Amino acid sequence: MYFFERSFDRCSDLGFPSVRKWKEQHPGGQVIAYFPVYAPVELIHAAGMLPVGLSGAGDRLDIQHADARFGSFICSIVKTTLEMGLTGHLEPFDGFLFSTICDSARNLCFVMKRNFPSMYVDFLHLPHNPSSPAATQFLAEEYRRVLGELERLGNCKVNDDALACSIALYNRNRALIRELYELRRRSPELVPTSELYQLIRCGNFLPVEEHTTELEQALTHFPSRNAKKRDSIRIVVEGSFCEQPPLPLIRLIEEAGCYIVDDDFVIGQNWFDSDIPTDGDPLLALACSYLDRSVYSSVRHDFRKPRWEGLVEKVRRSKADAVLFLIAKFCEPAYFDYVPYKQELEGAGIPHLPLEFEEKSFTFDRLRTEIETFVESLIFD
Amino acid sequence: MSDKKEYRGSIHQQQKNLMLAWYDQLDRAANTGDPPTVSMMISGNCVELLEGFGAVPIYPEVNALQLAIRHQSLDPILAAEDLGYAADNCAYVKADIGCILKGITPTGGKLPTPTLILCNFVGCNTYLKWFEHTAKLQKAPLYVIDVPFMRADTPSRSDVEYVVKQLQETVKKLEQLTGRKFDHDRFRQAVECSSRSEELWSQIKHLARRSPSPFDAYFDAITLMGPLYVYRARPEGVEFFEAALAELQAKSDAGKGVYEQEHFRLVMEGPPPYPYFRTFRDMFAKWQACAVASTYSTVGGLWEFGFRHDPDKPFESVAMHMIAQNVTNRNFLQRYEQIRRYVEDWNADGVIIHFVKSCRLFSAGQGDMRDYFTKQLGVPTLYIESDLEDPRYFAEAQTKNRIDAFFEALEHAKATAPVRA
Ligand code: SF4
Ligand code: SF4
Repeated sequence: MYFFERSFDRCSDLGFPSVRKWKEQHPGGQVIAYFPVYAPVELIHAAGMLPVGLSGAGDRLDIQHADARFGSFICSIVKTTLEMGLTGHLEPFDGFLFSTICDSARNLCFVMKRNFPSMYVDFLHLPHNPSSPAATQFLAEEYRRVLGELERLGNCKVNDDALACSIALYNRNRALIRELYELRRRSPELVPTSELYQLIRCGNFLPVEEHTTELEQALTHFPSRNAKKRDSIRIVVEGSFCEQPPLPLIRLIEEAGCYIVDDDFVIGQNWFDSDIPTDGDPLLALACSYLDRSVYSSVRHDFRKPRWEGLVEKVRRSKADAVLFLIAKFCEPAYFDYVPYKQELEGAGIPHLPLEFEEKSFTFDRLRTEIETFVESLIFD
Repeated sequence: MSDKKEYRGSIHQQQKNLMLAWYDQLDRAANTGDPPTVSMMISGNCVELLEGFGAVPIYPEVNALQLAIRHQSLDPILAAEDLGYAADNCAYVKADIGCILKGITPTGGKLPTPTLILCNFVGCNTYLKWFEHTAKLQKAPLYVIDVPFMRADTPSRSDVEYVVKQLQETVKKLEQLTGRKFDHDRFRQAVECSSRSEELWSQIKHLARRSPSPFDAYFDAITLMGPLYVYRARPEGVEFFEAALAELQAKSDAGKGVYEQEHFRLVMEGPPPYPYFRTFRDMFAKWQACAVASTYSTVGGLWEFGFRHDPDKPFESVAMHMIAQNVTNRNFLQRYEQIRRYVEDWNADGVIIHFVKSCRLFSAGQGDMRDYFTKQLGVPTLYIESDLEDPRYFAEAQTKNRIDAFFEALEHAKATAPVRA
């Protein structure tokens, strides 16, 4: 078992051992969970708290209460998140941050607020009009507001130096992730996605310093391994930006003859295409970066540059043969984006296959057949 | 005991005339390029701004609901699904996209390609997708007004400034696109008109506090909502609401209600099932149950609690309206609070929660809302599911049984409860 697989196991445990361990090591320290997709973790870190990306409960929790609160036609992650709360699993967390990704997650934020009144629950408005010169100032103010809440919660004061320091730590972490993605694009046989995925997803839970060490280790481990190139097609996976597919499904895609050469799994960990500046006002730097350095995503709207162009560029950059849409059931942003994505891909002559999953699925026979048929059609085309 | 008492005073005809005149203008714009048109969302719309350009709004949601009421929504929905939209995407969007693809309009007249597609992002994330897609499809220019969501009780200064600046950017954009100079005086007059229409509308809504209520604040209110979105910033709108108030006031003063006898007073939460509007209404009429308040009628604006546009602060008050004074941009707990106020101040017997599959904004979490009203407040609540646009999701017999069972229980509870002091 590789080190990151051990970490991944620990992070998937709903007893949250890694969070509890951090709390033991930091008596009085607070832990702030954030719902996908992106959160300015630097603010939380600079306040001396542990940011944790809580992306659902996968197949490890039976939904018994949350169905009655959220009803039909709502994605699983919304329900498992609430279920974790209603069953006492979120006890180690002191706060929960949500943002403007979709209407279901937004309503969940306020349902959480009502049901867990002792927890700090906040909603971050991430702008959808980056074309406006006023957006930067607004977002910097919004970050200041959230930081103020964190300071109140932690009874602390955060200065610019601490923020700049946190930004630098996360910059380093994200730069390593970009390097790993680049390595995978070059030599996918060295970096199986089922492994890279676990490695990156651990970053949701581990303290950034620890995670960065794991990324560094991986960057020496992957290139040195002895791996033979398989006869696989190169694909980009799109659509799993929020609720995460079960790990066996990612393995299955690879076994079916695909090299996943780019993806949007846990994309919050890989949100910026370059470093956030560490000089000047850190909140402004974070805000400018959100508006101008973010990767495209179905939950971020920037009408200056359509996301569908971003997808085609991604396919070209990674020299992929096709796109596999892996969409969480009832994920409305992904459903909507599928249409313009599809049109653009068809226009560019790039084949694609749309598939649906739920974080809690455990049998994949139908999906396996669909993927295998798709791969065959490409190989023998 | 079926007792259909849809309100059909003279305002009904006036409303029809106004809406037809609006569609005529759109038809003219499609044929001649004049007047300029701006496509917008209903929620927290900034129709006042358009007046400064003599521009006319297009509301795709109004088009979509008109089609559904006339049982014509399934065809365009299927056309959009053929294009790749999912069964679970908001059917308003699918109906609109399908109409663009097939050239269908609610009146048979033409609809213009908008001079500007202005996405007033007021809470609903689907709006962003919808307008991006139609802009791509129609090759029309797009601008997004990003309205900060109500994450606190009141908007911050920074929230308001951000929206004001974007409104001013919208003005510049429209100046470029229409070649017209923004007329500040006309804008201020429009804001003035709005404040008067809003005052009248608010008085109408308060008439429903009387027992019996002279109109149904869900089913009849929807009839009055069209003019509210299209005309509130124009003198015709003010005249219309003056007439409406006078008529309903007279009816109420004569002691007349929606039914012979008003048996139940309800608060309705969620949009109606437009494809079965009539059928649905009849299910309540059977029990002489009158909606005295509804959240859906506050999508475009929440005026019964006192907010008015302010001609002395035109941009700021338009921004305030977009941020804080419409149900879609207010947070879920603020909606609980709104319903609670209705139950108390409008003296309701129960709450009907209508979950619509299309609309996560309205529906995601309504089970928690029910939990709050039944368990925490002890208010009788009925939860039913269907859709606002897609006729495939209306289970008529089941819905009817549940509604009947709810009223039977309510009747029983009323009969055995001690008389309210
Ligand atoms: S999976 Fe999709 S619909 Fe569900 S919370 Fe995430 S973004 Fe929203
Ligand atoms: S999701 Fe709801 S609010 Fe949004 S466009 Fe659809 S029906 Fe309207």
